[in-house]
Order: sequence, then structure tokens, then C-alpha cells
Amino acid sequence: MQTNLVELANLTFSRKGRCIFDGVNMEVRRGKITAIMGPSGSGKTTLLKLIGAQLQPDSGTVLVNGTNIHRLSRKALYQARRKMGLLFQSSALFTDLSVFDNVAFPLREHTALNAAMIRDIVLMKLEAVGLRGVANLMPAELSGGMMRRVALARTIVLDPELMMYDEPFTGQDPISMGVLVRLIKRLNQLLGTTTVIVSHDVEETCSIADYVYLIAGGRLIGQGTPQELRQSAQPHIHQFMHGEADGVVPFHYPAKPYTEDLLDA
Amino acid sequence: MLDKIAQFGHRGVSTLQSIGSSGVFLFTVFSRSLNFRKLWPALRVQLHFVGVLSCLIIVVSALFIGMVVGLQGYHTLEKFGASSQLGQLLALSISRELGPVLSALLFAGRAGSALTAEIGLMKATEQLASMDMMGVDPLGRIIYPRFLAGLISLPTLSLIFSAVAVYGGYFIGVQWLGVDGGSFWSNMQAAVDFRLDVLSGIIKSVVFAFVVVWIAVFQGFSCVPTAEGISQATTRTVVYSSLSVLALDFLMTAMMIGGW
Repeated sequence: MQTNLVELANLTFSRKGRCIFDGVNMEVRRGKITAIMGPSGSGKTTLLKLIGAQLQPDSGTVLVNGTNIHRLSRKALYQARRKMGLLFQSSALFTDLSVFDNVAFPLREHTALNAAMIRDIVLMKLEAVGLRGVANLMPAELSGGMMRRVALARTIVLDPELMMYDEPFTGQDPISMGVLVRLIKRLNQLLGTTTVIVSHDVEETCSIADYVYLIAGGRLIGQGTPQELRQSAQPHIHQFMHGEADGVVPFHYPAKPYTEDLLDA
Repeated sequence: MLDKIAQFGHRGVSTLQSIGSSGVFLFTVFSRSLNFRKLWPALRVQLHFVGVLSCLIIVVSALFIGMVVGLQGYHTLEKFGASSQLGQLLALSISRELGPVLSALLFAGRAGSALTAEIGLMKATEQLASMDMMGVDPLGRIIYPRFLAGLISLPTLSLIFSAVAVYGGYFIGVQWLGVDGGSFWSNMQAAVDFRLDVLSGIIKSVVFAFVVVWIAVFQGFSCVPTAEGISQATTRTVVYSSLSVLALDFLMTAMMIGGW
């Protein structure tokens, strides 16, 4: 068995002429929690979509379980995706289905299990995220945090080998945030799932991550354990890890001088 | 001047691109293999959403249109002492033209726009992307049942429209204006040919259904996933569908009158 479940080599990707990634190399160790952090707009979500083959890179390779995911046929890709789970930032629950039917959806699509078995598995997964009691509610009746947890239950219902979380902590209240952090860690430990978290919430992510990659400006600007990155003296890494407003990465989007802009009016 | 020519050219190329990609989209949807066990529940829901829920607007519109045609027809025919031919006038104009065309226009406004908005919102809220990531093809799971539901619903709605409109005309002509009921129905029966009139109306409505649903699902699937993008796509669905229905009606009528 390979040590790395996901390997990115010389990955280049651009959108509408704008370079998002320029020769990115990355490895995701099997059974570990790997965090990908970086400022907003640095392409973190795009990276998850490249790993899931929802986007095609301009050049470079993405190996998942030793297979180039972008070279697979549609059928083989869909087969491979059954072993992957992606928790979307927007939760992406099917609004016309109840919570129960949302979680049951992948089981009904991919397995021939009978209704009783499906019911047991769905309730088990909802229990794991603490929401067995909302099984009959519609997504519109849930709070943002609850929707995220239902989406998590749906994502883990097929027991994926690789779990990817897109900004799981964004917009969560402190209680939901704590619950999510513990859930991600517990799922990783109990199911032995390889986990990739994309986030810019430094504290929460570093509290559970085994290894962290920092990306900015289309490149990797740092990598290491959370401890190593916190202690790093490199200006880019230091600024991001300690949340400093202005530094090597400017707070302001490039523009002409402020006074000049005001006087032009 | 050169800029305007370039702009015109650019618009032409992007229109051609859009037509091309809608063709590829259609081919891809129909190339998906069918699993009836999974298709049927989704198809049933869509038949209700697209077909059954459109019934009311179709029936009410048909009733009023039948009554108007009946009223206008009676007053025109009466000038020539031919008011007994009202049944014939009603049946032919409705089964050949008004039934298929108006039901298609109403369907585009009611069901077509709803399909575009629904699919567009599913795209904007990443429901289609999440389905794709689960290894479930959104084209087969979302688009295909909606396409089939539209293809089944519109011809059925068109038949309902024609039947109700004829009864609307009957109510005005026979019950209100005093045309003889026997001559109303017997003239209609003698004049209407199943193959030439009823079947050609059904063929038209099948073609309209195909085009309206194609436009609706393509616009939804390819829209810019923002509030503004969905609104523009919905508008495009209604405009393109209506224009296509009217243009195709002319073409098919010309073909049918010319004996195919």
C-alpha cells in the first residue's frame, strides 16, 4: 500500500488567463489529516476540485491511490469518486429531499441494500453527527451549522477512503465549530479516513492537522507540522499564521494612491 | 467602425458556440444509459411538476380562447349565413394551430421557466457538483427525467387544450348564441381528418415539447450560477422557446400544407 493517498506533481492551472496554480507539488499521507491553508482567493477550493477531477489541470498530474485521476474514463472516475467525499462549503444539500433522504441518496444510488438496511445506516450516520432527531426535517428547516453536519453525514455514508472538507468552519458559531472540529478528528481516527481540510481558520485547523501546506499567489509558500509553521520566521508564513493585517501579503488590493483617487472625484 | 464589426463577429461566434454546445449537451443527455428502477421515481415527480401543475393554466386559457374563437367565428360566419360551420372552424383552427402553439407558449412560460430556474439554482447551490462528486451523473439523474417529463406532458396538455377549447366554443356558439348543436358536432366530425388535422397537431406539439424542454434544461445547466445569471437564463428560456415555437410552427405548417 502506498504511503501517500494523493500526490500532486507540477500542477498548473489557470482560469480566464489568470494563473491559479503554478507548478504545485503536494503529498497527502494516508490516514493523516492534511490541511491546506491560505488567504481567500488563493485557490484552495479549486485545488479540491482538481483532486476530485471536477476541473482539469493545464499540466501536471494528480494521483489518487496511484492512479492519474484526470486520465480515467467517466465510468472509472465515477467509480473512483465513490471512495472520495467532498464536504462543500455551501453544504449542497438537495433542497427537495428530507434530511433522511439526503443522507440515504448515495446508498440508494450505489448500493442494492434494502430499505431497512438503508434506514439503519442513515440513522447511524446521523447519530454520529448528533442529528438523528432531525431525520424527517427538510434542509430549509435547519440552521447553517446543522446543514453542514447533515452534509457531513451524507458524505461519510459510503465510508470514503478520502475525505475533503472545503472551509468546514466558515460561518459557524463557536459551539458548531467545536463540534465540527471534534467530528472531523473522530472520523479520521475511527474510520481511518485520509483527510484533507481546506481552510483559513488557523487555530481550529492547526488543532487537528498532522501536516499543513500554505498556498498563496499560486505557489506553495510553506509546509510542515502546525508547530513548525507557527515557529517559522519566514515573513509570508509568519504573517498568515499570526493573522497580521499587513505584511508581505498586502491587505489592500493593488490600486492607485488613496489621496489621488479621492481628489479625482 | 472596425470595433463594431468585431463586436458583431464576436456575437455571431458566441451564438454559434452556444448552439453547438447545446447540441453536444443534448447528445450527452441522450447517450446516458437508462435504469428504469432509478428513472421512474424521478420521472413521476417531474410529470407532476411539469405536467399536472401546468393543467390549470392550460384548461383556463383553453376555455377562454375557445370562447373567444367561438364568438368571433360566429359573428364572421353569420354574415355569410354559415354559422352552422362554427364547429368546423373551431375544430380545425384549434387542433391544427391554436392548440399546439398556445399550449407550447404557455408551457414555456410556466414549466420551461421553472425548469431553468430550478436547475440554475441547483447549480448555484452546488447541488449538481455534489451529485457529480458522489459519482452520480447529474445529466442522467436531473436532466434526463425532466426532459422525458416535458416530452410526455406537452403533447398531452396540448390535447387537453384542444378538447377544452372546443367545448369553450361549443358553450358560446350552441348554448349562448343558438347555433344548432347537431350541425355543430356533425359538421365538425365531417370536416376534421384524424391524420391531417389531429395527428399533425400532435406531431407539432411533440416537436415543440422537444425544443422548449431542450432550451429550458440547457439554459438552466449552462447559466452563470448567480442570482443575475439565473434570472437572465430564465428570461432567455421564455424568449427563445416562444420564438422557436412560432418559427417552427410556420415551417411545419408549410410542410404539412405542402403534403410533407
